[in-house]
Amino acid sequence: MSEKELVRFKIDGLEVEAERGSMLLPVALDYGFEIPHLCHHEAVSPYGACRLCLVEVTKNGRTRMTTSCTYPVEDVIEVSTDTDQIRRARRLLLELLLARSSRAELIQRVAKEAGVTETRFKAVDDDCILCGLCERVCREVVEANAISFVNRGDRKEVAPPFWDPMACIACGACVYICPTDCIKMEEKGDERTIVRWKRTLKMQKCKSCGKPFAPLFQLNWIIDKASLPKDFYDVCPVCKQMG
Amino acid sequence: MENTQLEKILKNYQYQDFNLLAILQDIQAIENYLPRGTLEELAKRLDLPLARIYKLATFYRAFSLTPRGRHLVTVCTGTACHVRGAALILDTLERELEIKPGETTPDREYTLETVNCLGSCALAPLLIIDSKYHGKMLGTKALSLLKGEEKDVSEGS
Repeated sequence: MSEKELVRFKIDGLEVEAERGSMLLPVALDYGFEIPHLCHHEAVSPYGACRLCLVEVTKNGRTRMTTSCTYPVEDVIEVSTDTDQIRRARRLLLELLLARSSRAELIQRVAKEAGVTETRFKAVDDDCILCGLCERVCREVVEANAISFVNRGDRKEVAPPFWDPMACIACGACVYICPTDCIKMEEKGDERTIVRWKRTLKMQKCKSCGKPFAPLFQLNWIIDKASLPKDFYDVCPVCKQMG
Repeated sequence: MENTQLEKILKNYQYQDFNLLAILQDIQAIENYLPRGTLEELAKRLDLPLARIYKLATFYRAFSLTPRGRHLVTVCTGTACHVRGAALILDTLERELEIKPGETTPDREYTLETVNCLGSCALAPLLIIDSKYHGKMLGTKALSLLKGEEKDVSEGS
């Protein structure tokens, strides 16, 4: 690897430096700037769906508003994270998000912080804000590729192909990463269900303590992917550590 | 779709996954829609996640995941056509064929669709049957066109 190249620029007047190629939002967050965001996660690639991380970037005397999560850092740019224009745009976005997903605590909190408590738009109550985090984590991190965006425009949603979740390993990464908690996981007896994708899998019972700890299908999938010995998951990680 | 047919298409595109869109177009051209079985086979052969193929297949309106009829009947509902009564034509066709836009008659003869402008607004309202344009349409004219579509009565445009 070549040596890391640094770029220097300003955020709200503060001189900062960052590695070339990194995006503006994580850099700004590292420096302690508070920029609201819903669709950004350090584990997955940037996508720019929620648009809450708006900032103003001034370059060569021209200023434009852009999403910081998808803006690669550059030399000599000047970034403003908190202007009247940004606040106005963000409030509108939050009203739209509230209309779509009024029950989500995170959105309620972010909206309240921005001074938005009610929305002028008709409530849809879909809960899913199409941020794409679940789809990205499934594709990029887990590599199960069980779900993807389907359809387009007002019919766009995240779903398994043909609504048949055959590739889902019920790992729960999408459950964990979802900012609106609209993907739920339930465990009953020795079965785990990812409610939104309608995926139910039988869980492996630990040979030591007897408790079911993870879906069989998932464990076999990991063994296959990582070329682990077949009996690698006979006992659960807890027993394994103690044993 | 026969596997040999799929194989021929794939060979044409050197089994490259960046040609996925073109491959889907070729399948649609032969089958008139994208059969689930073929897509699953395609995923296997290109070693692609089915989710990625499904995402593409549902994104473009040119693709259909349900079988389509032998005849494609498209009503333009763009602004000019709408003003000149496209809704009435659509109503008439919906009643005659007993299907909604996007659906296919149970005998797989007709698929009814709408489009939001074809740039031929001077001919509004426009009806397209099997990619033949029929301008200045009326409900009654649409019905007789539909019935006599074997021996095309119109001059087209």
